[in-house]
Amino acid sequence: MNRQIARLGLVGVALVAALIVATTYWQTWASAGLADRQDNEIQRVAQFSIKRGLIRASDGTILASNRIKKVGGQKLYLRRYPQGGLFSHVVGYSTQSRSRAGLESSMNDYLTGANRNLDTVLKTTLDRIRGATITGNDLWLTMRPGPQRLAMRELAGKCGSVVALDPRTGKVLVMASRPTYDPNLVEKDFNRINNIRATCRPAAPLLNRATDGLYTPGSTFKVVTASAALDSGRFTPQSRFFDPGYCIEYGKQVRNAGNPEAPETFGSVDLITGLEHSINSVFCNIGKAIGAGKILGYAKRYGFYEDPPLETPANERSPSGLYKNGELFRPSDPRTQVDPGRLAFGQERMLATPLQMAMVAAGVGNKGVVMEPFVVDRITNPNGGVVTRTKPRKLRRAVSRQTAQELTQMMEGAVQSGTGTAAQIPGVPVAGKTGTAETGIPGRYTSWFISFAPANAPRVAVAVVLQDQTGFGGQVAAPIAKDVMQAILAGKANP
Amino acid sequence: MTYRNRELANLVVVGILTALGFASVYIARQDIVSTASLSYAGFFFALYLAAHLVARLTVPYADPYLLPMAALLTAIGLTEIYRLNPTDAFRQGLWIVVALCAFALTLFLLKHDYRRLESYKYLFGLSAIALLVLPALPVLGTSVNGARLWVHVGSLQFQPGELAKVFLIVFLAGYLREKREVLAQGRLKDFGPLLLIWGGAMLVLIETNDLGSALLYFGIFLAMLYVATGRFLYVGLGVGLFLAGAFAVYHYVEHVRERITIWLHPWTDHAVYCAINGKLLPRQDCASYQLVKSLYSVSHGSWFGTGLGKGTFRTTGGGELIPYLNTDFIYSALAQELGLVGVAALLLVYMLFVSRGFKIAMLADDGFSKLLAIGLTFAFALQTFIIVGGILRLIPLTGITLPFISYGGSSVVANFVLLAGLLLVSNRANAERE
Repeated sequence: MNRQIARLGLVGVALVAALIVATTYWQTWASAGLADRQDNEIQRVAQFSIKRGLIRASDGTILASNRIKKVGGQKLYLRRYPQGGLFSHVVGYSTQSRSRAGLESSMNDYLTGANRNLDTVLKTTLDRIRGATITGNDLWLTMRPGPQRLAMRELAGKCGSVVALDPRTGKVLVMASRPTYDPNLVEKDFNRINNIRATCRPAAPLLNRATDGLYTPGSTFKVVTASAALDSGRFTPQSRFFDPGYCIEYGKQVRNAGNPEAPETFGSVDLITGLEHSINSVFCNIGKAIGAGKILGYAKRYGFYEDPPLETPANERSPSGLYKNGELFRPSDPRTQVDPGRLAFGQERMLATPLQMAMVAAGVGNKGVVMEPFVVDRITNPNGGVVTRTKPRKLRRAVSRQTAQELTQMMEGAVQSGTGTAAQIPGVPVAGKTGTAETGIPGRYTSWFISFAPANAPRVAVAVVLQDQTGFGGQVAAPIAKDVMQAILAGKANP
Repeated sequence: MTYRNRELANLVVVGILTALGFASVYIARQDIVSTASLSYAGFFFALYLAAHLVARLTVPYADPYLLPMAALLTAIGLTEIYRLNPTDAFRQGLWIVVALCAFALTLFLLKHDYRRLESYKYLFGLSAIALLVLPALPVLGTSVNGARLWVHVGSLQFQPGELAKVFLIVFLAGYLREKREVLAQGRLKDFGPLLLIWGGAMLVLIETNDLGSALLYFGIFLAMLYVATGRFLYVGLGVGLFLAGAFAVYHYVEHVRERITIWLHPWTDHAVYCAINGKLLPRQDCASYQLVKSLYSVSHGSWFGTGLGKGTFRTTGGGELIPYLNTDFIYSALAQELGLVGVAALLLVYMLFVSRGFKIAMLADDGFSKLLAIGLTFAFALQTFIIVGGILRLIPLTGITLPFISYGGSSVVANFVLLAGLLLVSNRANAERE
């Protein structure tokens, strides 16, 4: 009988061996796939047993911290957002029921210590083997709480956004979006977020208008058109135009926008005056002369037509550019598909995010070089050691140094004696450009202001957009830009 | 070193491991458990010392590894049950006391010669069936999860099927020993009583909806028949019969069909009809809910596990993430907390236990002892395979207990009787060689 017993013994051992193989399959090979599944609650809950890293503003102000909750004897680290709705669009939230958004989502690996930096891998592996609580890495943002608070206050009751960048590095100093939401309510009382009242429709409080809100740029886009005109060598600041109050396109009159601060008809003007007073007919003629393709080409050099580079999740950022039926429109033949005159002053089907327009202002201010915007300055491990530090990166040169200088002078003119006088800061030269885009509803505008200061050596570039305004960009948006720039310039030069 | 001294040394190692296990659960969850938890380890060690002394008195030459391995497995089980639910652990502790009493009783009763059991083989066969029928009786039986497996006497709950398994093995060992020659020649009438007893058991099982046990009994039957007769043909015939039966059952029993569907397609992308609440839901949210959640638990353990006491079994609101964690799914709880490194080691303990069992069967010098040893050992191996393989989606999931580890009194008692049987066979074989 022993031969049969030996054979059966092999079967018995093989049965258990098969269990070891199957366990190995589920715990290693299949593990990552199962972890990604939507219905894997264990994975979602387990994330809360990790002591998530903190998120801090540039001065150390805590934007996201943990509160400990005991569930069945297990410590869970649930999120708390001490600043409420002030930073919610950038920071986002991390909850069980609605998963994650903002940096909480895109930087999840760093915040949970799952990133692949050697130092972190060693530490979390040791923690895991020791059975110690895994502690994530802290994020230090580039954002400045003072100016951010100010921007949010000035946007209160409105729908709009303010973005402020350091033009030299691309650091995001302010990124404000209204209406906002309190991330502490996402888990507890989501209806209160959903049912918010606002002056615009849809209120969309979760939308980060700074990077995901698309607005007709209107006259702020003239900076891009002027870049194309000057940089291509076709025009100079002194080029002369005759403004009859309109421009003729396809045999029809395209009228200047009615600006109460300036006469409807300017007569003979140069390009400087054209930008200072935002004369549509001047830019309409430039557009017709250089063509839509050239203008779009320069827009791309500023970053249009690509996802604005930022650390927030890709689905919370939108590229700027022409849009057709809700989709980014890449004309195969711009000469026949795009109206160059209306594109030149930022109408047509051009849509831009506030971040993109801030990048335009910053690029002009930084002598023609656009820096990649970033909001995470550095990531530190729980002991305070730096895991990574973001190095400022050049996106590309948009225009030549000389063109940038000429544009700066023209934009300074707009603030000194043109449409943007409300942005003047005593003792500081400011360069800016207003925008008042038509929304299709008479008397309702999207009001813009983009600017940078000090004009000769800028430390801050700002874009302000306000939805559904009755006032022009120079009246409603410029004062906000001025206050935010002033607050940033008053702070420490480089915290 | 003598057999029993070796056993004592092994038990000391197990005792230390148990203390460490309880200590780590205690440290991880100190806020809700008292320091008294460490006394569990002490109590546990004392209990096994007593079992060891019984073994010294009754089976001095028996294999010295089996008892420490059983102790290790019950300790791991008790630790995990304690971690999941301290009240259940207390009850399980009591059941382990009862089981060790049954263990001691078996050893004392049969220490002179367990082979006289052979003459009572039909009594064992009939008792096995009687035990299996008990839960189906209207007053005594209770149904849990659509399977009638439980007997209620007052507040006491008992699953007689577990003990029936051991009885059935005794019957098969006795009967096959007696008839193995004629059976090997293939005389049909000698299969009569065998098929009768076995068929009765199968019928009862299908009637009570306990498919896991049906598979287990069938496997034991085939394995013992093969060892006794040495004929592959019977195994082939048996497997063929089984497949044909499975096919028929698949077509006629809704409950079985659903199990198979869950096994083959636990996840669906689209919503399917959910029989539980009548809604349209993806299958992972309905019928295959248990299997899928348990797989998430296993896979979450990854290489090193979360650590004892640190696994995730509840939502942030405190609700249960995985059902029947204590009993059917205790392996997925262990897999999450111990990780691959831990549960692979655990399965190696099972493997060692199985190989020791087969070694005992090889060394035994009479047919009855051999058949009894392989029956008990193979039952142990197959039961482990059926429940863990079900959890790991190797085979359709059926709810039976993981030997020595799952929460459940009857299972622990039956497994200690099984262990006593193996020790008795081993003692006799070794004593004769000494």
